[in-house]
Amino acid sequence: MQWIFEPWPWYVAGPMIALIMFLLLMVDKNFGMSSNLRTMCTISGAGDKADFFKFDWKEKRWNLIVAFGAAIGGFIGAYLLSGDTAVAIQPETISDLQTLGFDSAGKAYLPTELYDLNALTDFKSMVILAIGGILVGFGARYAGGCTSGHAISGLSNLQLPSLIAVIGFFIGGLAMIHFIFPLIF
Amino acid sequence: MRTVSYLSIGILFGITMFKSEAASWFRIYEMFKFDSFHMYGIIGSALIIGIVMVQFIKRKNIKSFNGEPINFTPKEKSFSRYMYGGIIFGLGWALAGACPGPMFTLVGAGYVPILVVILGSMLGTFLYGLLRDKLPH
Repeated sequence: MQWIFEPWPWYVAGPMIALIMFLLLMVDKNFGMSSNLRTMCTISGAGDKADFFKFDWKEKRWNLIVAFGAAIGGFIGAYLLSGDTAVAIQPETISDLQTLGFDSAGKAYLPTELYDLNALTDFKSMVILAIGGILVGFGARYAGGCTSGHAISGLSNLQLPSLIAVIGFFIGGLAMIHFIFPLIF
Repeated sequence: MRTVSYLSIGILFGITMFKSEAASWFRIYEMFKFDSFHMYGIIGSALIIGIVMVQFIKRKNIKSFNGEPINFTPKEKSFSRYMYGGIIFGLGWALAGACPGPMFTLVGAGYVPILVVILGSMLGTFLYGLLRDKLPH
């Protein structure tokens, strides 16, 4: 059982994700996490400002429970099923990141420069996280889904729109890391 | 009972996201640098199994645990919304290093600043709701 405390290899994680999609289908639901963000807007009262948020959020309660479970799973993964959580990324990735000023590369699960408690008082870190979040939320709803809804659910059902969206994800991600990162870090 | 099943599926998902490091900003960066097969292996193997599974469910008319037929809703046909929306999403995914599933996972893992990302993503969703009629779809 020692393996469970080590980082899981891709050939364990990929089939697990497929299993999660299967289990959701078997309880008459679809795998897609970003629609929770819309539900959370509705619960916060966004329906007063835009019709897009006028729907009965209780119909989406099941997905909020899945998201809540994902948080519990994060707790279990981090505190009960892990020893050292440092992510062993490739040496060349570490040196690239060090050039950009990420000294925590290879030593932590998330870059301390952005996700450490101290980062909360760092203006630049907070702006980066907020803008990153805004882009994810806006883009996911505009594209009608995120990694789970398009890259997993949609592509599994051979949907051309999902392929277009996933190509878009990669164009955006590659542009950010190769062209925008050198400007902001 | 239903609540317990949704919660259990979510827990399984959260553990998988954390333990596979798919919730790590570093893994997302490494993926977009094409430095490692890890993330491609995760998404690719999930996808190959997913395709076989969906075909199997459709051809064998597999019923859900509640005895209902399993419906797959086709996505609306369009190019612009998927391409533009996808690019915007990708920019944010690489910057924050988290997509919506892992965001919730990271709250449980105790990374407080992820709440800023979640609030940002709610704001982004809200902005989309406001601007929806003005955007090409």
